[in-house]
Amino acid sequence: MSALLRVENLVKHFPIRRHLFGRQTAVVHAVDGLNFELDAGDTMALVGESGCGKSTVGRLVLRLLDATAGKVWFDGEDLMTLAPERMRARRRELQMIFQDPYSSLNPRMTVEQTLAEPLALHGLARGRERERAAELLNLVGLAPQYLQRYPHEFSGGQRQRIGIARALAVEPRLIVCDEPVSALDVSIQAQVVNLLQDLQRRLGLAYVFIAHDLAVVKHIATHVAVMYLGQIVEYADKRSLFAAPRHPYTQALLSAIPIAEPGLKREQILLQGDVPNPIDPPSGCRFRTRCPYARERCAQEVPELRAIEGHSVACHYWQEIMAPQGVVERVVVNERLVRLQSAFRGG
Amino acid sequence: MSAATPQAMMPNVNPASPARRALRRLLRRRGAMLGLVIVVFFVLLALFAPVIAPYDPIATSWSAVRKAPSMQYLFGTDEIGRDVLSRVVWGARASLLAGLVSVGISMALGVPIGLLAAYVGGWTDSLISRFTDSMLAVPFLILAIALAAFLGPSLSNAMIAIGVSATPIFIRLTRAQVLAVKVEDFVEAARAVGNPHWRIALRHILPNVLSPLIVQATLAIAAAIIAEASLSFLGLGQQPPAPSWGSMLNTAKNYVDNAPWMAVWPGLAIFLLVLSFNLLGDGLRDALDPKHM
Repeated sequence: MSALLRVENLVKHFPIRRHLFGRQTAVVHAVDGLNFELDAGDTMALVGESGCGKSTVGRLVLRLLDATAGKVWFDGEDLMTLAPERMRARRRELQMIFQDPYSSLNPRMTVEQTLAEPLALHGLARGRERERAAELLNLVGLAPQYLQRYPHEFSGGQRQRIGIARALAVEPRLIVCDEPVSALDVSIQAQVVNLLQDLQRRLGLAYVFIAHDLAVVKHIATHVAVMYLGQIVEYADKRSLFAAPRHPYTQALLSAIPIAEPGLKREQILLQGDVPNPIDPPSGCRFRTRCPYARERCAQEVPELRAIEGHSVACHYWQEIMAPQGVVERVVVNERLVRLQSAFRGG
Repeated sequence: MSAATPQAMMPNVNPASPARRALRRLLRRRGAMLGLVIVVFFVLLALFAPVIAPYDPIATSWSAVRKAPSMQYLFGTDEIGRDVLSRVVWGARASLLAGLVSVGISMALGVPIGLLAAYVGGWTDSLISRFTDSMLAVPFLILAIALAAFLGPSLSNAMIAIGVSATPIFIRLTRAQVLAVKVEDFVEAARAVGNPHWRIALRHILPNVLSPLIVQATLAIAAAIIAEASLSFLGLGQQPPAPSWGSMLNTAKNYVDNAPWMAVWPGLAIFLLVLSFNLLGDGLRDALDPKHM
């Protein structure tokens, strides 16, 4: 069976001009040769630091940005080569949920207008747009009385639900969730994540879930791709990735997750320095400048993403690198909760 | 802000629509209200000029040349015996018309061009922006005078000249606002649900850039009224004998020593009307401030 979404060698370079009349002098390597697949009903989490290109991937998958190279196969069609009109029709099947619920809703449109617009654009629910909009609100757990309200009358969590309802309006098959909970309060985060999971079960949705909070990822994802400087460094199903991270970058990321047990000590892998400039990425392995295990070969040869028993890793020496003890522990909901707990304990 | 009571009274209308809330804030501002009252007063004056004016504004009377204000001629008479009050009342028509029509021209040209420049970007934007910059390098009034002189003296040509001269301000303002709104997530969301570009520009971006444009339009009306008066003063606007405050001032300047009333009343009218539009514009700016939206 072929996957719902298959991304092949996806590349996105953003040209930058330094002078008023100057020619393009450099490019930002936002996404550099990405490959992955996603089946219906699955959730692939894209994780990585800010600036690693994960949001760009989300926008490329929906063709809100045009790729520099590569293909995005959706249900057997390469979205990147579709004519604009055909692409617009195809948007019915691909939707997006945004990070900032304060900027993702048009402040001049009522909830009803926001929800009815996609229906009208795709000729759905003709003549009963209002009922459908009410149904959608219901689906995301909001009362239909809110239809005539404007976005500023809602809280962040409620707005995010409206944003989810808008994405669901056209009955899509794939939704790109761009950090859908990171702008929300901790107490609301869980509600929204549960809502997304519940909707996935009921409607058979596939999610590309962009996140930096690994606790949320562990909760919702079926597969995880770890990105570093525009490339995937490790890709596996969730269980295998969290149980036995192979890439040193993944290990460092996982070791940064706080643990629920206050008394428990474990080693944290602290990375040195900052993410290198994506205008001029390091030669060979892009992670080598911060990798504690880097050797000479890492600067010369680009490590390929190789799959061993369904678990892919892009590292020359992953077999020699043991996962440090205690890296994989129970994941707590949030760092703030841990601080709160320790405050009580220290009392 | 408590929205509970009006909501209970008007169950079918949402009192929280952005426009409604702005109107409520505007009504609470004393300066803006004063401005609005004076503007409405002049609008009524212009509309009902034939009823209000005690005399024919162009009828001359050789027995009443340069008469000082009296019970018979409340504002006095001018150098050929026309009633100054009647001419000021009729002059409100020229001024208001010039203000509204020329700003209408500016917006009709400037808003679409600015929207296009910012939305399309790239090469189109550079071309439009450089053109706008070069127009803005010439002082507004000088440009208006040059255009009016080129088109030939008449009130409608003056309005066109003023409208075209004020267009770059609207291009630039619209462009800046659109650039700011364009990067908001809801614009990307509009694309993601499958809106065509024209709909994104008109339905999602334009309504969100209107507030500053309304403020600018109100202030531009004030500037246009002054510009019309200036052009008429120079003989490039309203043509005699039709009344206009600017041309009244022009003739009055020769008699300032012995018939100051000829200059005082039209001058006062210009001052009041321009002031009131500025007050209204300032009030609107506060009421439409996005921080309250």
